[in-house]
Amino acid sequence: MRVRVSVMLKDGVLDPPGKAIGHALHTLGFANVGEVRAGRVIELELDETDAAKAKAQADEMGRQLLANLVIESFTTEVLA
Amino acid sequence: MKAGIVVFPGTNRERDMAIALKGASGRAPAMLWHRETALPDLDLVVLPGGFSHGDYLRSGAMAAHAPIMRAVRDFAARGGYVLGVCNGFQILTEAQMLPGALLRNAGMRFLSHDCRLRVERADTVFTRGWSQGDQFRAPMAHGDGNYAADPDTLDRLEGEGRVAFRYADGNPNGSARAIAGVFSDDLRICGLMPHPEDLVDPLMGGIDGKPLFDGLVEAFVQ
Repeated sequence: MRVRVSVMLKDGVLDPPGKAIGHALHTLGFANVGEVRAGRVIELELDETDAAKAKAQADEMGRQLLANLVIESFTTEVLA
Repeated sequence: MKAGIVVFPGTNRERDMAIALKGASGRAPAMLWHRETALPDLDLVVLPGGFSHGDYLRSGAMAAHAPIMRAVRDFAARGGYVLGVCNGFQILTEAQMLPGALLRNAGMRFLSHDCRLRVERADTVFTRGWSQGDQFRAPMAHGDGNYAADPDTLDRLEGEGRVAFRYADGNPNGSARAIAGVFSDDLRICGLMPHPEDLVDPLMGGIDGKPLFDGLVEAFVQ
């Protein structure tokens, strides 16, 4: 199964890359862009046929390695 | 003083650290590859600077789970002393052996210049070579040195006297409360972003960082 893990900085944690992207978008003329937050998407191929088990495994990977819960939060979704 | 330096793929400051440790103690430190699972008999383990595993995912994230880190954690739990500099500090936070995290520098730029640090307390093995309030020059070389923790954690660190060093001349990377280095709750683990090991000989341009290493040697002689 394929699982997608999306990692974002927690609200309130300063996000310099997001800020830089926002500035660049303004420079390109996208004047209506407000706050920009930049995260990371990780797709995993798991040798698993049970969607619930695949999600549970990805959640554990998120907690142990893929996200740093001091500053980040993450969500997981089973793709197929 | 018997010191060991852990080397990960992408570590690049281990020889600077070895020069500083040997200069102070007269004894060459052991170089320990990250795949090892046991430590020799040591007083101090040092996690040096560099870009372990290419800083992929997050700085220090992969190194924090290297086989040797279980042994380093056990060593610390048994009362061993651990020093992490730059990437070593990042690894210690990722391993949750020190609180907080190191984010991208607030100004987005990699910072490679000297800064001034203030010693927040001098009654630890890491800082006994200075007096409280002393300031010294230290080279910085990092992109992810912006210390972050939630306000409760920051208050707790301040209340428990666990801020080791603060940036004294501005706040170059945007760190919370200008924190440049912290201690564990038992004061046996210390992590900091700047590099005291790179100013330990007049030939390097100064000896501002020498009190860290001289202090460690004195502590382990007693």
